[in-house]
Amino acid sequence: MSEPGFVPKTVYVIYIASTPEKVWEALTSAEFTRQYFFGRTAEIEPKVGGNFILRMPDGRLDIKGRVVEWDPPRRLSATWAVDFEQFRELPESLVAYDIEPMGESVKLTMTEAFQWDVPDAILAGGRQGWPFILSSLKSVLETGKPIAISVKMGPPKEMLEAIKEAVAKKPWRAVLSSNR
Amino acid sequence: MSEPKFVYVTYIATTPERLWQALTDGAFTERYWFGTRVESDWTPGAPVSFRRNGALSDSGHVLKYEPFRVLSYTFHVEFHEVFRRERPSRVTFELEPMGNEVKLTVTHDDFDPGSKVLEAVGNGWPLVLASLKSLIETGSPLAAAGAQAAERAKEKAVAQARGDAA
Repeated sequence: MSEPGFVPKTVYVIYIASTPEKVWEALTSAEFTRQYFFGRTAEIEPKVGGNFILRMPDGRLDIKGRVVEWDPPRRLSATWAVDFEQFRELPESLVAYDIEPMGESVKLTMTEAFQWDVPDAILAGGRQGWPFILSSLKSVLETGKPIAISVKMGPPKEMLEAIKEAVAKKPWRAVLSSNR
Repeated sequence: MSEPKFVYVTYIATTPERLWQALTDGAFTERYWFGTRVESDWTPGAPVSFRRNGALSDSGHVLKYEPFRVLSYTFHVEFHEVFRRERPSRVTFELEPMGNEVKLTVTHDDFDPGSKVLEAVGNGWPLVLASLKSLIETGSPLAAAGAQAAERAKEKAVAQARGDAA
C-alpha cells in the first residue's frame, strides 16, 4: 500500500475472463457500477487528488473520497469515507484495485486498508459486501448480467454496534494525530 | 490469536443442485479445476482422490456429505514432498440458496501453524472458484491461461515452501 499508515485488512481476489481495459471501465464508469455495486453510481475525477464518489440509486451520497492513485488500466486507489449516519464519524479507509492481465483473463485484487486497529466486527461489513459486489462484477463482464439481488443485504448488526462503540471511544485519535 | 484458515465467498447464478454436481462430479471438476478430476463414492469416510492427467495430486476422505448444503473432506496434498509431509487439512463447501443465486463459502482449515499448504491454497482457490463460476454461468471455464497460471502458482508455492524450509 503506497499510502503511508494504511494497513491492509481485507483482500479479495477474483479472476475474470476479460481485458484489463474492460475491468477498469467496469470499476470506474457509472453505467457499470450501477449494475453490480448495489445500484451505486460512480463519479470519479480521473486524476490524482480528484473526487471519488459513489451515489445511492436515489442520488444521495454514499461514499466520498479522493483518488490517491490513477494508473489505468492497472491500479486505482482512493480514500473511502461512508457518508451515512454514524459511519461519518469513522476515519476514512483506503480501497485499492489492482488489475493484472493473465493471458485471456484478468486477476483483480481489491484491498481495503485502515490507519487504525479496526475491530473485526466493523471489517465484517466489507467482508460481507465485497465478495457479492465483485462476484457480480465478474458476472456482468462475462455474461452481461449481474447477480440478481434477491435478499436484503444490510450492514451486520454486530457491525453497527461496534461502530457505535468505536465512535464513542475514538480509538484512532492517537494514531491519526501522530500521522498528521 | 485466531486459528489459521482460508475462507472465500463467491456468488454464482445457479441452483444448489447444479453447484453440488459441479463440486462432486469428476467430469465436471476436470473442466474448471484445470484438469483435476475428483473421485469418490461420497459415502461417509470414503476415500476422495484428485487426479490430474492420471497422477494423484491430492487425497482425502469424506467428512460430510449433505446434498445441496454441505460437503466436507480432509485434504492431503500429494503432488510434492514439501506439502506431503504435512498432516491432512480440511475443506468445507457450504451452499446457501438466495433466490436466483447461490452463496458458496469455501473454508480450508485445520492446519498446523506455519503450514505451507495454507499459503499455497490462498492463491489456488480463488482461481479454481472463478473458473467454476465462469463454467456454470457462461458454459466456458477460465481459459488455458488460467491452467498455466495455476501451474505457475503451484511451482511458485513449491519454490517458496522449499525456500522457507532451507
